[in-house]
Amino acid sequence: MTESTHSNCKSLLGSLSDYVDGELGAELCREIEKHIAECDDCRIVVDTTRKTVDLVHASNHPQAGLPDEVRDRLFKRLNLADYLKPPAQ
Amino acid sequence: MIETTSQADISLEALRTGDHAEFARLVDAYSAPIYRLGLRMLGNEQDAEDVLQNTFLSALTHLSNFEGRSSVLTWLYRIAVNESLMVMRRGKSEVNVDDTESSDETIEDLSPSQFVDWGALPEDELLSAEGKQALDHAIQKLPENLRMVFLLRDIQELSIKDTAEALGLTESNVKVRLLRARLSLREQLSIYYGERINQEKTND
Ligand SMILES: [Zn+2]
Repeated sequence: MTESTHSNCKSLLGSLSDYVDGELGAELCREIEKHIAECDDCRIVVDTTRKTVDLVHASNHPQAGLPDEVRDRLFKRLNLADYLKPPAQ
Repeated sequence: MIETTSQADISLEALRTGDHAEFARLVDAYSAPIYRLGLRMLGNEQDAEDVLQNTFLSALTHLSNFEGRSSVLTWLYRIAVNESLMVMRRGKSEVNVDDTESSDETIEDLSPSQFVDWGALPEDELLSAEGKQALDHAIQKLPENLRMVFLLRDIQELSIKDTAEALGLTESNVKVRLLRARLSLREQLSIYYGERINQEKTND
């Protein structure tokens, strides 16, 4: 790992979120990919950050609906009890 | 369980004229995500239900102020965030949300300290019940101002723009907080999975 390579580690962090979200421009992507090919610490940070976001998304599905009794109480609180019948599918 | 319906077919005009049936449709379309946000923010069902009810009561009261510049859901999130903050501060003598505010705008102190290469662990280990618990625990440990951004963006899956609107922040501020939150979770998960990897090695 050369000195000049290592000075890029910090600037990589600033683009990390956009990079894992796939929202980074092609040129900056290439810079990151070039850097992580040479810098193992940054490669790990990029990989595990991406994995962290993937895990959050995966653990978040399927998304639970509203429990029936919570919906009942909500409609009553809003004076909407007349509309409590389940909505037409 | 009521499924969330698509958001396109709620009529703002009908809502503003006090159409109860339309408001009921709005409630059915958006109550589930608002309730989930409350659960994540506050960590218990009673507080989440308070936030849910207060959010729609407030929406009912303030419908005439809603200008339609953001989506209805983003507007509801904004109300729900404020309601959640009120519940959080209830009974707290000191509000300490702003503790980390000063360091918010910079990423200077974000240098990663954990370099365990756990990304290649098998999915079923990463998504085990225990792994999910470690993740939930790490999310709960995020400072409030980072957690808000993280929950809206990565859990509720709002865009950066909508997250900024719901929280009254700039997009660049949202991006910095999101990065801080993600890096903080990454550090904590690295410690957790690092221990697991070490255990496996000693067991071999
Ligand atoms: Zn590096």
